[in-house]
Amino acid sequence: MAEEVVLLDFWASPFGIRVRIALAEKGIKYERREEDLRNKSGLLLQMNPVHKKIPVLIHNAKPICESLIQVQYIDEVWHDKAPLLPADPYKRATARFWADFVDKKIYEVGGKTWKTKGEEQARAQKEFMESLKLLEGELGDKAYFGGENLGYLDIALVSYYCWFHVYEKFGGFSIEAECPKLTAWAKRCMQKESVAKSVPDQQKVYEFALHLKKILGIE
Amino acid sequence: MEGGVVLLDFWASMFGMRVRIALAEKEIKYEYREQDLRNKSDLLLQMNPVHKKIPVLIHNGKPICESLVQVQYIDEVWHDKAPLLPADPYKRATARFWADFVDKKMYDSGSKIWKTKGEEQEAAKKEFIENLKLLEGELGDNLYFGGEGFGYVDVALVPFYCWFYAYEQCGGFSIEAECPKLIAWVKRCMQKESVAKSLADPEKVYEFVLHLKKAYGIE
Repeated sequence: MAEEVVLLDFWASPFGIRVRIALAEKGIKYERREEDLRNKSGLLLQMNPVHKKIPVLIHNAKPICESLIQVQYIDEVWHDKAPLLPADPYKRATARFWADFVDKKIYEVGGKTWKTKGEEQARAQKEFMESLKLLEGELGDKAYFGGENLGYLDIALVSYYCWFHVYEKFGGFSIEAECPKLTAWAKRCMQKESVAKSVPDQQKVYEFALHLKKILGIE
Repeated sequence: MEGGVVLLDFWASMFGMRVRIALAEKEIKYEYREQDLRNKSDLLLQMNPVHKKIPVLIHNGKPICESLVQVQYIDEVWHDKAPLLPADPYKRATARFWADFVDKKMYDSGSKIWKTKGEEQEAAKKEFIENLKLLEGELGDNLYFGGEGFGYVDVALVPFYCWFYAYEQCGGFSIEAECPKLIAWVKRCMQKESVAKSLADPEKVYEFVLHLKKAYGIE
């Protein structure tokens, strides 16, 4: 039976990037549809009525929402290739814990590193770097968080990599200086075709962030 | 042999209750250790250094943190009895979506009901009821969110029930009047021993909330 896979997405979204990487790792053919977030399509609102957000994965006309849930779904349906979650339950729980940590800490705090100023910005940068250092600790001496191969947690985190450049430029700090191991890991991930073709150009993301700053009225 | 199971918990925590229910469903013997959240034990800080929160599930000396991660872990390790997540990947994704919805929406909107007054409290009540109605819609005419059988979303949501009385008293409204189907579902769940013995007494929770209000200086 032919599988029909559609991804409602936004080019700069770290959450959308996660799903693109997972689909690429599994070699799944799909149709990507760019959404205008200021003018959401009827399909998006119909497929994700609860949150009205991208990404939405539509598989054989049925929607799956929330990026980490989509990545797990992809891993379970196309289970015969490139496993993303480990087989061992304890390792799975650990991967899920850290992916949840990324969701709770990186997105919101990362945003604050460029959307705020003064003391609030300094606090956000400190918290952001502390979070990255914790992740570096979890990586240890492994090539990937998943061990020998790219896995669930790698996908959850590397999706933010194109935004790190924005945080650094706006915040005037260097992630590589503080977290060299994590930066080395990110570069290793970027050498994989599934990642390289899923992340947008860093310069374009930076220009988009500048544009957002203007709209949001941030100096 | 599965080895020793310890649960670091707090009696009134909905998140801790989820784990108690899952362990009871699987008939797992474990040691319950009540934590003083104003004076956290060394074991808690050692086992959950990242968030320093309960519940923490310790299995064979190794910690698992975050309640939904713990429930999935319990379901995967003790997989031969009382399955909590469905077998079908699409149904699993749907269950994870709604459990995530409970996590994102219920705790914050519920907390605002007892922490605020006036217009802010009215807005919180409205949002809380809207969220419950969405969940009611998802339940439909099923006995449980898991369908015929009690499952993952039931476990994620039912612990909030013992806080409903406190919300109603503080907010001056009736949840049953607005969401009768949901309350009917709650009563069905409460007939299960695993649920009845895991939930705290609503009167005690209300007393605890009154105590918290005093401590926070909330009128």
